[in-house]
Amino acid sequence: MTDIISSQVPIRNRDLKTFVIFVLVATAWMITYNVIEPLANWLTYTLLGLEQGSHLGASLAFFFYDVPKIILLLGGMIFLITTLRSFFSAEQTRAWLGGKREGVGNVLAAGLGIITPFCSCSAVPLFIGFVESGIPLGVTFSFLTATPVVNEIALVMLFGLFGWKIAGLYLVSGLTIAIIAGVVIGRLKLERFVEDFVWQIKVGKGGLLQTEKPTWSERFNIAWESTREIVGKVWLYVIVGIAVGAGIHGFVPESALAGILGKSAWWSVPAGVLLGVPLYSNAAGMIPIVHALMEKGASLGTVLAFMMSVVGLSLPEMIILRRVLKPQLLAIFAATLTIAIILTGYLFNLVI
Amino acid sequence: MLTIKVLGSGCASCKRLEQIAHKVIDNMAMEAEVVKVTDYADIMAYNVLSTPGLVINEKLVSTGRIPSEAEVTTWLTDALETV
Repeated sequence: MTDIISSQVPIRNRDLKTFVIFVLVATAWMITYNVIEPLANWLTYTLLGLEQGSHLGASLAFFFYDVPKIILLLGGMIFLITTLRSFFSAEQTRAWLGGKREGVGNVLAAGLGIITPFCSCSAVPLFIGFVESGIPLGVTFSFLTATPVVNEIALVMLFGLFGWKIAGLYLVSGLTIAIIAGVVIGRLKLERFVEDFVWQIKVGKGGLLQTEKPTWSERFNIAWESTREIVGKVWLYVIVGIAVGAGIHGFVPESALAGILGKSAWWSVPAGVLLGVPLYSNAAGMIPIVHALMEKGASLGTVLAFMMSVVGLSLPEMIILRRVLKPQLLAIFAATLTIAIILTGYLFNLVI
Repeated sequence: MLTIKVLGSGCASCKRLEQIAHKVIDNMAMEAEVVKVTDYADIMAYNVLSTPGLVINEKLVSTGRIPSEAEVTTWLTDALETV
């Protein structure tokens, strides 16, 4: 008994210290976030002496404001998201999805797909582990689709550049697409197109037992590590993307693109989806450019379809999934996803 | 001698975990064999859903993340005591 008590005290102290650091960092973050805009204007118009309303001035002020703002937002929000994710695990998700019927299962799987920590290189063991434990194929697909389609970097950047409404639309339409893709695949009864070896694998009984819950300092440590890794990977794309976006913002005339990327051009949605496929993993760099394009007349549906194609229709992911799926099923999956994304694009062009 | 298995199909994280395992073994000046398990049937035998996984003497100790050197050192020390 005394052992338990004495071992809990240092953990509490460490957690307290972690919380104090968290509050301090959060405060510093808030202050910095609020002085970026005046600082960017001062830098452009006072220090560099550029004229208000000039092309170069507009571009530079935009650049000096957006770069620190987006990097700060990415750092802060990815940290919060990964902290939240530390409460979930693939094993726990599998347990929750077990015994759920199609429909409810698809909705739950799509939601959990967003929040469960999961890297695309684990897609195969995850797929095998899910279907072998009896989770329906369609429900498994809803899970596997939600993760890439609703990408956390894209979500944060849409929030930072376009505001919460468009970020929310992206989240909801991504979830809907994951649910629909899973339901379609479930209804088509495509189990025979799963590679035969998957059904023969004997999944072990063991597995990692969660013996104790991680402490808050451990959660924050893990979150901090992955935030550093993610921001370290994308910051250069963000800066290049914002630089190009800033150039467009300052120099391209208003509504120059309405004809090409606007609502009236019916082919702009599929063209955006096609263009998005090879741009995989560059969501961070693409969003600022897309943001600037939208100011010049590109329509929201086209932009959202393009974004979901960049993150959701990824060739590397398809190649990984080919290990467990026969070509027919992979083709059906890719086609369902593509059609769902294109329809979403048209829907938003029609409604908004 | 301990057998350490790194479960994963050759992604970047699996390679980093393998390096960490080798480094800890060198630091502890112990004898151990590091085996890479890349076959999915073998990986699934440990009921692992997210790679990389780390197995020490047939006991699964970590999945879905790259553990720190300190953690690996602790697990190896524990494994040495139980041998």
